[in-house]
Amino acid sequence: MERLKLVMQYFQSNSESISNGICIILALVSVKLYTSFDFNCPCLPQYNKLYSLGVMIVPPIILFFLGVLVNRHAGVMMDEWMRPIGNRSKNPAVVKYLFSSMIQRAMLAPMVWILVTLLDGKIFICAFSVSVNPVLFSGLPNNTGLDVIKIMAKVPCKEDTIFNNSSFRKAVSRYIRCYSQAVGWSILLFLIVLGALGRLIKPCFDNHATSLQTRYWSNYLDVEQKLFDETCVLHARDFARKCVVQFFEDMREDTVLSLPHPLFITNSRMEWEDEEEERLHGVSKQEQVDQLLNKWYYSKPELDVTRIAHRPRMCVTWKNRDGKTLYSDV
Amino acid sequence: MDKFRMMFQFLQSNQESFMNGICGIMALASAQMYSAFEFSCPCMPEYNYTYGIGLLIIPSIWFFLLGFVLNNNVSVLAEEWKRPTGKRIKDPTILRYMFCSITQRSLIAPAVWVSVTLMDGKSFLCAFSINLDIDKFGNYSLMMGMSEMEKMKLLARIPCKDLFEHHEIRVAASRYIKCISQACGWMFLLMMTFAAFLIRAIRPCFTQAAFLKTKYWSHYIDIERKMFDETCKEHAKSFAKVCIHQYFENISGEMRSFHHNRSSMDDTDKEEEDKRSDEEKLLGIRAQEDMNKVLWNWHTCKPALALRKDKMDGATNGFVKGHTPVVEKREWAVYYSKV
Repeated sequence: MERLKLVMQYFQSNSESISNGICIILALVSVKLYTSFDFNCPCLPQYNKLYSLGVMIVPPIILFFLGVLVNRHAGVMMDEWMRPIGNRSKNPAVVKYLFSSMIQRAMLAPMVWILVTLLDGKIFICAFSVSVNPVLFSGLPNNTGLDVIKIMAKVPCKEDTIFNNSSFRKAVSRYIRCYSQAVGWSILLFLIVLGALGRLIKPCFDNHATSLQTRYWSNYLDVEQKLFDETCVLHARDFARKCVVQFFEDMREDTVLSLPHPLFITNSRMEWEDEEEERLHGVSKQEQVDQLLNKWYYSKPELDVTRIAHRPRMCVTWKNRDGKTLYSDV
Repeated sequence: MDKFRMMFQFLQSNQESFMNGICGIMALASAQMYSAFEFSCPCMPEYNYTYGIGLLIIPSIWFFLLGFVLNNNVSVLAEEWKRPTGKRIKDPTILRYMFCSITQRSLIAPAVWVSVTLMDGKSFLCAFSINLDIDKFGNYSLMMGMSEMEKMKLLARIPCKDLFEHHEIRVAASRYIKCISQACGWMFLLMMTFAAFLIRAIRPCFTQAAFLKTKYWSHYIDIERKMFDETCKEHAKSFAKVCIHQYFENISGEMRSFHHNRSSMDDTDKEEEDKRSDEEKLLGIRAQEDMNKVLWNWHTCKPALALRKDKMDGATNGFVKGHTPVVEKREWAVYYSKV
């Protein structure tokens, strides 16, 4: 339990690790999907290749789209790309960086699917059993009325009794599986070499300083969007609470006027009310909220927080009637 | 147990993740229900198609409706749709947004059912075994000399293992139909994922500013409803407390005021604070008719979305003439400074 919590905390520490975590989960889902999928070769000459290549290609496309869908950076990138300039200039390098990192992460699960199918070999056997030359192997059954193509097409299906437990079927399957695994390992080797080369050679071409900047600002955009959503949520909560209390109090003013004796009405504010007023940041009308949200999209603020960071702080000094200082912030 | 508690806490942290959790649970339930369900094809020409296709479609409709039932936002949407305008105008884009998000979440469990059914292949085999051309699978002599009706009856028995004697033909035919069914399943998944991708990835190109607005206000409506329920509960509690206090005071009126003057300041101070905070929590609503009016107006005449800043004491309490509050405040200040 503790380990799981630690792992989750590590992954949630910044937005890049969250994306990496989701990427890995999707790769595991892809493996699980392959093992639970019941591969069912039709064993007919016209349909074998179509079915096998379909199973090898369509699920990776689905996994790719899923990878893009669950990646937060896709939304951030689209926002940054499509927004009007407003007070903040646009940085195309950030958009390019977000795009490339999103594509790289989305490609992991499809590659895992393709590699797993190649290393397992069932799909290759189904697709290419018709193309194997049966002369290479002994034991081809020739007492059935079928031609060679149809017999070879039935090789992937274990239940078919025309082979009669002969070793012909097993030999052909082994042969094709060997090819399939060779292709799989070569692709894996190629990808790893490509990744290693890319890592080693990139510093020669890229300016490290600009890449540090790009990474910082892309992380910043992600965090900013998350914080904006959180602030909106908190603001909505306080707005709702005040609206409800105000509604009750409005009803009160109507009823108070109709009573024979005036009520003793306190108007003292509780501490939590002050805190809530602060959280509203002065935005307390529907039109103000609409204007705020509109401006957030059409004219994002500049990246300059000097005004609020160096706001003068109020210092309080409490003195009692005799002039003795009870408490002071100074 | 600890794991479940952590998961529940994480899911309940906000409304969206809670709804996503319910979505995920329903998807798993749909997959589990399929594996637990015992599929039994009737193997008769008149009923095969109905059974096969019915099993594909009716549970998906059922899961879709169940998604609507389990979603809290449905009642919020209905309320917002049907309320009278009152002081707050209605925004149709918010209703559309809420309806779209509810529908999207409810579509996940039916999609899982349909894909699992198609990948398994049994329902297609049951529905389409009659339409097979059995000559493709070899053994041409099987259907010589049979009438149309007998041919159909024979083909209809293919899905049932114990009713069809020719093992190889049955295996070959079921493999063929299962392959078609799986192809349909993958195409279906591809279409759904592509549609979701288009909606999520392309939408920001068009209506991002309006989208921020509708997202905020639909979340606001949900939260406001919760806040109103909470305020009503707190009010009811304070109402009950004050009501009971007053009842006891009415019964033992003289004795209470006599004791009140003689007891020390420390004891009654806390009680007075409690009584005062309860009185304040009442927000001025102290009678049944007033509370009924509050609850009635909340639906028929919702307040405008515009908060006032707090007014000064004198303005609201004009007719009280300000004596009692001023005296109260002074005493409060004097007492405080003695500490």
